[in-house]
Amino acid sequence: MTDITKDAMMPPRSFLSQDAIQVFYRLLAALLICAVLAVLSDSFLSLGNILNVLRQASLTFFIASGLTLVVLTAGLDLSVGANVALSACIAGTVIHKTGSPALGILTGLACGGLVGLLNGIMVTALRIPSFIATYGMLWVLNGLTYWYMAGETLHGFPAGFRQIGSGYLFGLPIPVYLLLVFLGIGTFFAQRTIWGQEIYAIGANPVAARLSGIPVARRLLLVYAVSGTMAGLASIIFLSRLNSAEADIGESLTLPAIAAVLIGGTSLFGGVGTVFGTFIGALILTLVLNGMNLLSVSANWQPLVTGIIVILAVWLDMKTRRRTQ
Amino acid sequence: MREAAVVSQSNPLQRIPGVAIVLALLIALFSVIAPGFLSVANLSNVLVQSTILTMLALPMTLIIMTEGLDLSMGAVLTLTSLCVAIVSLATKSMLLGLGAGLLVGTAFGIANGWLVAMSGIPPFVATLGTLGMAQGLSLIVSDGQSVVGIPHSVRDIYSATLLGIPVPIVMALVTYAAFHGLLYHTRFGTYIFALGGNREALRYAGLSPNRLLIAVYAIGGAMAGIAGLLMTARMNSGHPTAGLGLEFDAIAAVAVGGTSFERGNGWLLGTLLGVLSVGVLRNGLNLISLPSSVQVASVGVLVIVALFLDGLRSRA
Repeated sequence: MTDITKDAMMPPRSFLSQDAIQVFYRLLAALLICAVLAVLSDSFLSLGNILNVLRQASLTFFIASGLTLVVLTAGLDLSVGANVALSACIAGTVIHKTGSPALGILTGLACGGLVGLLNGIMVTALRIPSFIATYGMLWVLNGLTYWYMAGETLHGFPAGFRQIGSGYLFGLPIPVYLLLVFLGIGTFFAQRTIWGQEIYAIGANPVAARLSGIPVARRLLLVYAVSGTMAGLASIIFLSRLNSAEADIGESLTLPAIAAVLIGGTSLFGGVGTVFGTFIGALILTLVLNGMNLLSVSANWQPLVTGIIVILAVWLDMKTRRRTQ
Repeated sequence: MREAAVVSQSNPLQRIPGVAIVLALLIALFSVIAPGFLSVANLSNVLVQSTILTMLALPMTLIIMTEGLDLSMGAVLTLTSLCVAIVSLATKSMLLGLGAGLLVGTAFGIANGWLVAMSGIPPFVATLGTLGMAQGLSLIVSDGQSVVGIPHSVRDIYSATLLGIPVPIVMALVTYAAFHGLLYHTRFGTYIFALGGNREALRYAGLSPNRLLIAVYAIGGAMAGIAGLLMTARMNSGHPTAGLGLEFDAIAAVAVGGTSFERGNGWLLGTLLGVLSVGVLRNGLNLISLPSSVQVASVGVLVIVALFLDGLRSRA
């Protein structure tokens, strides 16, 4: 416990910090997967496929980056996928009704953030364990979305709006730029701001955090609201890329997001992990799924493989942690 | 907190009000606003439809009593339902189908228990992982298609009656009796209370909490296997998404029924009333023609309210 607390309280300034070593291992793993895929499949190293992997990874990363903060506080947000679906459907409706993408984007972000805030209230004010509160929220959101959409599909959005998810700038997909921006903001927030460090402290030892005067409830509210807002952002990218919205688009998003966080080395027990690690986690997961796709493995195998990866990632995390203590 | 647990355990009557009031309110509400709710045909329909949920919610109670959770139950039920359909279709034998469902369900239960007990992975994440695995296997074995043309012997289980009582209800009652006997009248039952309440005491008594935990999760998997048979019989087919989300109704029933998520005390009769509450809620909303999406959302609200009240009680 003391090791974790120490790690968490001190920003990793040295290149040899525990976090940096963990991220380095994961980068090596990602490179290894790339090498294997390059040997197994001719099309893996094509520019089109690499850009595709990056774009796919960025979608997972948006959801997973907010989730990382939640997991850092030893919580979990199981409602992110359902939140993406609801936010996308509401943002899509607003764009259709008003014709204004800007208004739609704002509503999508607000809807996601509001759901996150409700999660935070359940966890802090009502003191419901986070995994069960957000699991309840998952089904509430699912129900709302299906009821709201009533089996309809929203289709066809303005060309400008579609650029966000499917456009290119200097040869790179626009979501990749967004990924870099949010990777920077997330890393800076978590490692270099007081609030970020307080989040680590809350995850490492909530009692000590409270006793040292950190407003735990307010920070938790913030963390869940950020997770919800990032789900809202992901919903906008989805909407713009798919050019359509349906009630079921969120169903296969939660497990990959959790997988990305856990592969990235963020501990379920709180206080340990980095947003950059989550980015590598999203990359590794996307590479594996992309590889399966290139080797023409049926998409039916994806939940199975993702489930195995989640369990393996947690198990490895617990093993290394036990050894270092 | 510990005192609250002792008090409520020594006098379960104190807890009857909560879930019984919920059930009574729901019944009163729907007998007023939903035409036909109080008819014998509809009420027996509610009971028959609650049987699958009963078979999941009872073992879920035991699992939650150990401060655990099994999110994979609905997905495992889907997989076992497909196994029942595929094996009974191939062999024309209902019993072999049931055997296959039981085998696969128990295997998943043991895997869950092993992950939770031996590796120390938090239950909700371990079972979220196996949820993905079971869901993936369901898609793989069925290739995303329904399995149709299953033998009559399977289908008849859902529609047959025994002494005038539908067989699913008989199965649910037998299951309840078995769980009641197991939890309150065997040593194993006492150990389950100890798993959630005082795990150290088990260790000092020379018992292996890990093996007991695996057994509890294995029971959950096996029950998902039996419920899989009922699901296949009810749908007259195997479908790769048939039971997804059922674990949520089971958790809702347990939570509404007054079993606590943090104190290791459970109440089987409360779970049974919780199952009926969820069943009445879904049936009533259905009768006033609200879509199943609203039913899902309202069950979600029910859980959050129940947990909130549980939190209030534990603080009081």
